[in-house]
Amino acid sequence: MATVTMTVNGTSYTNDVEPRLLLVHYIRDVLGLTGTHVGCDTSQCGACTIRLNGRAVKCCTMFAVQANGADITTIEGMASDGELHPIQQGFWDEHGLQCGFCTPGMIMLAQQFLERNPNPTEQEIRRGLAGNLCRCTGYHNIVKAIQNAARKGQPA
Amino acid sequence: MIPSSFEYFAPTTLSEAQTLLRRYGGDAKVVAGGHSLIPLMKMRLSEPGYLIDLGGVDELSYIREDDGGLAIGAMTTYYDIESSPLVKTKYPVLAEATALVADIQVRNKGTIGGSMAHADPSADLTAVVLALEAELRSGSSRAQRSMPAHRFFVDTFTTTLRDNEILTEIRLPALPAKTGGAYRKFANKASHFAEVGIAALVTIDGGVCQRVRIGVTGAGPIASRARGAERALEGKEPTQRNIATAANRAGRGIEFQSNIHASAEYRAHLTTVYARRALEEAVSRAG
Ligand SMILES: Cc1cc2nc3c(=O)[nH]c(=O)nc-3n(C[C@H](O)[C@H](O)[C@H](O)COP(=O)(O)OP(=O)(O)OC[C@H]3O[C@@H](n4cnc5c(N)ncnc54)[C@H](O)[C@@H]3O)c2cc1C
Ligand code: FES
Ligand code: FES
Repeated sequence: MATVTMTVNGTSYTNDVEPRLLLVHYIRDVLGLTGTHVGCDTSQCGACTIRLNGRAVKCCTMFAVQANGADITTIEGMASDGELHPIQQGFWDEHGLQCGFCTPGMIMLAQQFLERNPNPTEQEIRRGLAGNLCRCTGYHNIVKAIQNAARKGQPA
Repeated sequence: MIPSSFEYFAPTTLSEAQTLLRRYGGDAKVVAGGHSLIPLMKMRLSEPGYLIDLGGVDELSYIREDDGGLAIGAMTTYYDIESSPLVKTKYPVLAEATALVADIQVRNKGTIGGSMAHADPSADLTAVVLALEAELRSGSSRAQRSMPAHRFFVDTFTTTLRDNEILTEIRLPALPAKTGGAYRKFANKASHFAEVGIAALVTIDGGVCQRVRIGVTGAGPIASRARGAERALEGKEPTQRNIATAANRAGRGIEFQSNIHASAEYRAHLTTVYARRALEEAVSRAG
């Protein structure tokens, strides 16, 4: 067992974990933050995307021990004071989801994407979504949701 | 998917990592970005007893000018490379290829050193370091060595790195003036790995291709230089015809791979087409 400490959505957590525990399982099963999803479990679908030390990463492809000392934001940390984050609001306004399974990962990726490219073209958005799969929407409204958030000039 | 158990180490210096590697030898693996190794561990195709994480070894993450060229630390991520002003000005072909690797999340984690050490036959940057004639530096707790890229890659997933060695740096030598470069790939639609990827560098002076360097990835068991195609264009004018003739030779000597994504015949065809496209683009950026 190894002891890990990390900050998730502003709260510090310390736990003893097996080194082979994946970060996504730590977040979901140990911390109970089930908004981060496991879609493919093979680094392809992006449903498990979180923000770790400022970078969007697929946390099914990391061990919890590797996040020792890290600062993490998950989908649960996006809204503040009952106000949806502008990207979440964008998904709401543009009907950017159907079943919602891919949505947390899409939003966590979109945050990083817009931070690096605040005024993207549609083509850039579509390319930027390369690491996230959606089985429902056909992506059109996801693209619109991100355009909507970009228009509002999303805060980081 | 749950990997088998291992003991985990998080060294903060290179020498600490090398000492651990020497102690645990063949049963240990270093992990860099983890985006090749961890999927293999989850499928239990790799079951190291000891995992040595280079994530905290900050001294291996840098991009700096070196003798007219650039030195890139093995732990430098794809994102750091594609967004580096130094890389964009001095080796735009490297920035271009890096931005085409996988997706944003994978590029946030994956490292150039991991890509080299893993030697995936469809990796992108292997073709680029071959065309740039990079030197790969590695070291154990006892000795350091340096190796030209074309000798570093031995076979699929096989390099000249020994069990006790850590790849430390990728050194890119200065390019001649008037050199243009381009990377073109036919990407797998799901993973974006290269079914075929071509990195081309062309130096044009006095209306003639003085120097041509071509790296090919995805086509064969390991990335390689297309020397026949290079020679075919050197000393010639960069006309469409000369470029096409050279591109037709890009597949010479390659043992084309067949798998569910593409047959050997298709890869051979793609090699010619993408070599032509990469050369045309490199020529248009040269001089
Ligand atoms: C969904 C997905 C899509 C991908 N698409 C592409 C793509 O389009 N193009 C592409 O090129 N790649 C692609 N990759 C692979 C990705 O680029 C990997 O990140 C990269 O190949 C390995 O780098 P890493 O830092 O993650 O290495 P790791 O996975 O940490 O390590 C890989 C291997 O190299 C060894 N190693 C790592 N660093 C060192 C070192 N410094 N010294 C000695 N040994 C070392 C490890 O022990 C291990 O055996 C993809 C990966 C995923 C998950
Ligand atoms: S669950 Fe992590 S990428 Fe699909
Ligand atoms: S909304 Fe169902 S997977 Fe995207």
